[in-house]
Amino acid sequence: MTDVKKGAGAAARTSVSVAVTGSGGAGVMTAGNMLLAAAAKAGWYGLMVRSSGPQIRGGEAAALCRFATHPLDCLDDRFDVLVAVDWENLHRFADEIPLDSASLLVGDPAQGNPPEVYVKSAARYAQLGIKGIAKAISGSWPNMVVLGVAAGLIGLPKDAVRAVVEKTLKKSRDGLAPSLAAVEAGYEAASRIGGDAKLAPPGPRSEPRWLISGNQAAGYGAVRGGVRFVAGYPITPATEVLEWLAPALADVGGVLVQAEDELASINMIIGASFGGVPSLTATSGPGLSLMIEALGLAVAAEVPIVVVDVMRGGPSTGIPAKSEQSDVSIAVNGLHGDAPRIVVAPNSVSDCLVTTQWAVHLAETLQSPAIVLSDQFFGQTRAVVDRPPDATYAGRRLTAAPNADAYKRYAVTESGISPMAIPGNPGTAYTADGLEHTDRGIPSSGARDHTIQLAKRERKLLGHEYGDFWADIEGEGDIAVVTFGSCTGPVREARSRAAADGVQTRLVSMRLLAPAQADRLAKALAGVKRVLVVEQNHSGQFLKYLRSEFQLPGEVKSFRRPGPLPIRADELHHQLVDWSRA
Amino acid sequence: MTTATARPTVPISARDFKSDYNPIWCPGCGDYSVVLSFTRAFASLGLRPENTAVVSGIGCSSRIPAYLTSYGFHGVHGRSLAAAAGLKLARPDLTVVVASGDGDGYSIGGNHFMHACRRNVDMTYVVMDNHVYGMTKGQPSPTTEPDWNSKLSPGGTGVRTFHPLVIALAAGANFVARAFSGDPSGTANVLVEAIKTPGFSFVEILSPCVTFRPEQREWKNAVRPAPVGTTNDPARAARYIMTDDGFNLGILYRGERAPYQPPMGRGNKQPADLEKGFAI
Repeated sequence: MTDVKKGAGAAARTSVSVAVTGSGGAGVMTAGNMLLAAAAKAGWYGLMVRSSGPQIRGGEAAALCRFATHPLDCLDDRFDVLVAVDWENLHRFADEIPLDSASLLVGDPAQGNPPEVYVKSAARYAQLGIKGIAKAISGSWPNMVVLGVAAGLIGLPKDAVRAVVEKTLKKSRDGLAPSLAAVEAGYEAASRIGGDAKLAPPGPRSEPRWLISGNQAAGYGAVRGGVRFVAGYPITPATEVLEWLAPALADVGGVLVQAEDELASINMIIGASFGGVPSLTATSGPGLSLMIEALGLAVAAEVPIVVVDVMRGGPSTGIPAKSEQSDVSIAVNGLHGDAPRIVVAPNSVSDCLVTTQWAVHLAETLQSPAIVLSDQFFGQTRAVVDRPPDATYAGRRLTAAPNADAYKRYAVTESGISPMAIPGNPGTAYTADGLEHTDRGIPSSGARDHTIQLAKRERKLLGHEYGDFWADIEGEGDIAVVTFGSCTGPVREARSRAAADGVQTRLVSMRLLAPAQADRLAKALAGVKRVLVVEQNHSGQFLKYLRSEFQLPGEVKSFRRPGPLPIRADELHHQLVDWSRA
Repeated sequence: MTTATARPTVPISARDFKSDYNPIWCPGCGDYSVVLSFTRAFASLGLRPENTAVVSGIGCSSRIPAYLTSYGFHGVHGRSLAAAAGLKLARPDLTVVVASGDGDGYSIGGNHFMHACRRNVDMTYVVMDNHVYGMTKGQPSPTTEPDWNSKLSPGGTGVRTFHPLVIALAAGANFVARAFSGDPSGTANVLVEAIKTPGFSFVEILSPCVTFRPEQREWKNAVRPAPVGTTNDPARAARYIMTDDGFNLGILYRGERAPYQPPMGRGNKQPADLEKGFAI
C-alpha cells in the first residue's frame, strides 16, 4: 500500500519503494547508496536495506530502498520499481521484493527471461538493455545506468544525482565522465519507460539531517556515552560498528584493538574496564554465544561492559547477512548461575545512538554488563534521519577514594552498588574475582557470602530508577501491541493505518528488556483487553520472556515470523483491524 | 582514569607485597615459592602495589593475585592474557603481570598465547608448569608426558607434548626464559629482567606438583643454568631450546621488538566533532 499525497496529482506519491538487484559484485549496493545520498541531498527521507547472500562476489545482492516525504522506520509492503542488472539469482529475492500488477520491473532481455514468480506477479515488464548501454559508453558500468534509471523513474532531480556521483568519484578522473554519461543514459531510458512512481516534492527541512546506519549510530552512541576502549572480532553484520569506531576512538583519545577471537574481545574489554576505562565490544549471535562465559565474569566481578549484538538469522552460522530477532532468549537468560544483566533494544536506526549511549550509562552506573540488541536491519540499513536530540547519558562509575578506610570492593550497600577501586588508586588494591567472594573480594564458597552477594548484585539492577526511556508508549485503545527493536517501525505504520480505519491502538515498544519492568508494563497496559505481541523469530522468544516476567492482561496473540522476511505494516494493519471487529 | 593523590613514597619491601590471605595450595607446592619471587621482584623494581596488576585465569597457579597486595584480576579459565592485554592497552601506566599454568595457558588458553606473543604488548607472562591439572585432581595437560597414566587417560594420552618456549619464539615473544620455583632468588631475578624488558616477556617456571606428580620432587636435581647465554637471535634460541631437555634455566632470548601500544589518550577531538561525517 502506497500513500498518495492529496492534491499532488495521481502520480505524486509520499512514499516510493525501489529495489536494485544483481549478482554480487555488480555494484548494486553502490548504486543504492548513491540513490539514497541523492535523495537525501534533494530533501527527501529514505532508507536502504542491504540484502545479500554470504558470498562477497558471485552471490546475490539487493539494495532495498524506500524514499518518502516523511521519516521512515521500515520498508513498505511491496515495491513500486525493481531494476535488475541480471536475472541470475533474482528468484532468491522473490519473497523479500514483492511485486504486484501496479509494480514496474525493469530488466535486460539480453540476460534472459525474468523469473517465473515475477512474470506471475503481473508487474509491468520494461525491457532495457542495461549492459548494452553501459558497454556503448567506454569506461562506464551497468550500475551507473541503473542509478540513472531508478533516479529518473522516481523523479529525483538530476543535479542531486550528478553531485553524488561527482563526490563519490572525485578521485577517479577517468571514471567520472563515463559514469555521468551512463547516469544520463539511465535518465533517458527512464523517461521512455515512464510509469507513476514519481515522489512528491519534499517538505521544508526543519531539523539538520543525517545519513547514518544503525551500526554507525551505535558506535557514535558508545563514544558519546564515554566508551574509550573497544576490542572486537570481525563478524557480519556487526563489523561496521567496529570499523566506524576504529578511527573515531583514535580521534577522541581512545583505542580499538582487533582481537584474535570473541573470547579475547570480551575478556580484553573486561580487563580494560577493570582498569577504569568504559569499554565495549560489538558482535553477532555466534560471537555472543562465545562471550557468554565472560559475561558471567563481568556479572560476578561487577565490571561494567557493553556488548552490542547485531542480531542475524540463527542458530549456528544461520543467515549471516540478514535480520532476525532471535537472540532474545540468550540475551535475557543465556548465562549460567543467577546472573542479572541489562538488556536494551534500540527501536529505530537513529535510536541505536541514544540506546547504546544509555547502555553505557547503565553499565557504568550499575557496574554490570549490558547487552544492546540491535539487528541486521538497523545495523546495515542506511537511513536519512532527523538529527537525534542530544542525550545526557554518560558513564558515571562510583569509584573509591584514595586510601579509603577499610576498603571493601564488594561492600554490601542498600543500593547494591559499591565503590570500585581503579588500579592506580592507593590503599584500595583488591582482586576482582569470578569466584564467589566476601565483601572484601576474598574467595568464599560459604552459603552466607553467596546469598549476600547474589542479593546485592540483583538489588542494584532491580532497584535502579530507569525512567521513561524504558519504553516508547504511544496511543490509547483496548488493543495494545507490545514489541521491541526493528518490529517497532512496521507496528507504528500499521497503527496509523488502523487509526485511519477508526481503530485506535496502543503501542509499547520496550527498550529495556531486562531487568523486567513489570509494574511499568502493567501501568502501560491498564485497561487493555487484547495484547498483540510482535517479534521476528520462529519460536516466540519475546512472548515467552514476557509470559515469564509479566502479567499480560486479557487475550494475548502472537504475531511472529522468523527472518529474513521483515514483518510488514500491511499484515499487521489487517490483524489489528480484523481483531478489533472480531 | 584515577590519579593517585601524592603521598611520600616510602620504599616497599617484598613483605609488603604479600597479602594476609593464606594460600590454599597443598603443602610442598612449588607455587608458594613463586609468590615469594613475585614479591621480591616487585620490591626490587621499586613498584608500588597500586600501580601493579596481576591477572590470572583458573587453576592452582591462578590463585596468586589474591595472595599479593597489588591490584588483582582472577578471571575465567584460559583468558588471562586477553584480560591483561585489555588492561595494559587501556592503562599503559600500569605494570601488568599475568600468572598462569600449563592447562590454563597452553590448553584452553593456547590461542591467546600465540596471539599475545605476536601482539607483543608490554607485559610479563608467567606460566607455572607442573605438567598436570592440579585443581581438578590430576589430569594430563599439554606438557604431560604421553605415557603418564591417569583416570581420565588410562595408560597415557599417547599425545606428544607441547613446546611452549619454541612456540613463544616462533610467535614473536620478545623475551623467553625458564626458571625453577625451587630457586626463588634466581626466579625473582628472571622476573625483574622480564618486567624490565619492553614487550611481551614469557617466563616458564618449573613448579612441581608434589601431590599428583611426586616424582617432580627430583626436578631440583635436574635443573641447571643453561650453558648458553642470552641471545637476540630467535633462530639460535629456537635451535637450542628444541634440543635441550627442558631443565636448562635462564634468559634464553631477549629481542628488541618495539611493543604494541596504540596511542591511548592521544586524540583530543570532542565526540561532537565526529558528527560531521553524518551530516547531509
